[in-house]
Amino acid sequence: MSGASFAEMSARERLAAVVDAGSFHEWLPPSERVMSPHLAQLGVPAAFDDGVAIGRATLDGCAIFVAAQEGEFMGGGVGEVHGAKLAGLLRRALRDRPAAVVMLAESGGVRLHEANAGLIAVSEVMRALLDVRAAGIATVMLIGGANGCFGGMGIVARCADTVVMSDIARHAMSGPEVIESSHGAGEFDSRDRALVWRTTGGKHRWLTGDCDALVEDDPAAFRAAAVAALGTHRPMTLAALQQESALLQRRTDVDGDNADAFELWALLGVPDAQAVPDLDAAAVRVRRPVALAALANGGA
Amino acid sequence: MDWPAVATQLLGTGHAIVADGDFLGGTATFDGAEIAVVGTTNHAAVGVDLALRQARAVLEVVERYPGRPLLLLVDTQGQKLRRRDELLGIHRAMAHLGCCLDLARRNGHPVIGLVYDQALSGGFITSGLMADACHALPEAEIRVMRVPAMARVTKLPEALLESLSLTNPVFAPGVANYVAMGGVRSLWDGDLAAGLRAALADRDTADRRAEEGAQRGGRRVAADVMRRVLEA
Amino acid sequence: MEALHFSFDGGRAPAPFAPALVGVVASGNLEVLVEPAAGTGCRIDVDTSARGFGAIWEAVLRDFHERHGLAGIAVSIHDMGATPAVVSLRLDQAVSAIRGATP
Repeated sequence: MSGASFAEMSARERLAAVVDAGSFHEWLPPSERVMSPHLAQLGVPAAFDDGVAIGRATLDGCAIFVAAQEGEFMGGGVGEVHGAKLAGLLRRALRDRPAAVVMLAESGGVRLHEANAGLIAVSEVMRALLDVRAAGIATVMLIGGANGCFGGMGIVARCADTVVMSDIARHAMSGPEVIESSHGAGEFDSRDRALVWRTTGGKHRWLTGDCDALVEDDPAAFRAAAVAALGTHRPMTLAALQQESALLQRRTDVDGDNADAFELWALLGVPDAQAVPDLDAAAVRVRRPVALAALANGGA
Repeated sequence: MDWPAVATQLLGTGHAIVADGDFLGGTATFDGAEIAVVGTTNHAAVGVDLALRQARAVLEVVERYPGRPLLLLVDTQGQKLRRRDELLGIHRAMAHLGCCLDLARRNGHPVIGLVYDQALSGGFITSGLMADACHALPEAEIRVMRVPAMARVTKLPEALLESLSLTNPVFAPGVANYVAMGGVRSLWDGDLAAGLRAALADRDTADRRAEEGAQRGGRRVAADVMRRVLEA
Repeated sequence: MEALHFSFDGGRAPAPFAPALVGVVASGNLEVLVEPAAGTGCRIDVDTSARGFGAIWEAVLRDFHERHGLAGIAVSIHDMGATPAVVSLRLDQAVSAIRGATP
């Protein structure tokens, strides 16, 4: 492993570290100034790449398309241009058929500053991603940023064949602050970091079958997981979705009304659930109950 | 308009659609053929349970009724904001629902969305926005988030967002605005059955929303950016 | 927001380079895009979220020009309230990038 922190790197640094050295060729680069038409009216600075770098590269010698969202710009939120870059990349993948589309996802979801345009954009990305998946091209999400992958992008990311998370990453729908705002700290105390991470973090998603690979916070680990995912393609047939439906329903039935991860992990058969937060990724990897692997790539 | 009124106007009084809590489901006959209906009511907050339930209903149509059109009746306040739903992977349940709708489309089922009351955020992403095309009643409301919450998250003044909501297509929640942006294909006003009939006749299942947003002038940049990526 | 424009004479053109971007538009940070430009001199355009700091930008950017002496370049900045120290750091990183050094 390289010893660097994936979470602390910028999107472009992560992208460069994951793909084969020097292989990234960017489309619509910053010098082309394809920027948001909506931010100036709000007095908010724009970014030359609207917060996402897209292009082609190789990964272990295989031709891939790649995108990296910059979580520090507008929280990685998807606006009109940002979303169109992602949707365009996916549509191009349908035409050019790379081995895989790899997305380094870090996003709060729809960019609220672009509201309606962002919402429709997220949907266009989702439809295009599902088209790529249906065409038999592997789709891989690498989630490892400090801001996590939330909102509409949380949904989109889980539409991919493979979701790779670090143990410090988060993948969910609504952030704890939004839930606390709505229903109080008793419902979800956003300042309780341990609670937040065991509810939405990588270890939890791995143990419960909602992510397909769990790695350390290290670009080399993400690269290795992306390479491993190149050959993983899970067609969404009726049978596959029926199986997923049954497994997801069983998981919620086992949980009942419980809202705490320790309880759920114990119910699902994770050994020594209380110890999980203190374990490293490698130790957590071996603790996933076999039944949950079927919900992820490990099982099917 | 409440869902029974919508259903009656669209499908007559002989439909077999029932509400079970916030879930809507059933079948009806339209122009002599059976159609399936799946949806939500009561401005449903869509959590894991309701997302999975809708997904099951969609899968049942795909399994048992090849080619049958699927009408999505949408009335949602967006995703449920509870810790239990995040714990249980509401993003996964919503992705699953989206994938089931996508499967239906790919298997040749016409999938038509109708926002008859509200559609917010995640609840809309995995319902109307996954249809072949989404339509709306003129009085419906579509938005990402209510202004007070938006102000808190963006740190933009509420007054500014309120005024933009009145004048700016990007912020205005009116469905006519969504039509101009390409997010909604048409409004069904008056003769709802005519709207459904036209929707069922349109068998082009490609995602035309960026193109339509550009043609209609409400979202001018997206289609051009996508084209530039294809040509780069 | 404020848009500022500066132009400095003198200096030498660097070896031919592809445009380079460093930094991120985030609170307390900035992004800097450096591109080849026709003509002599160094042109710097700043879009900044904070108004009224023209004199400080002038001083920081003049310092930058005197430190590196580059001509035939256009520098474009999107700033979100970075301190002079961070601005200078990013400008230096941008120069390293166009000279081919890996950051």
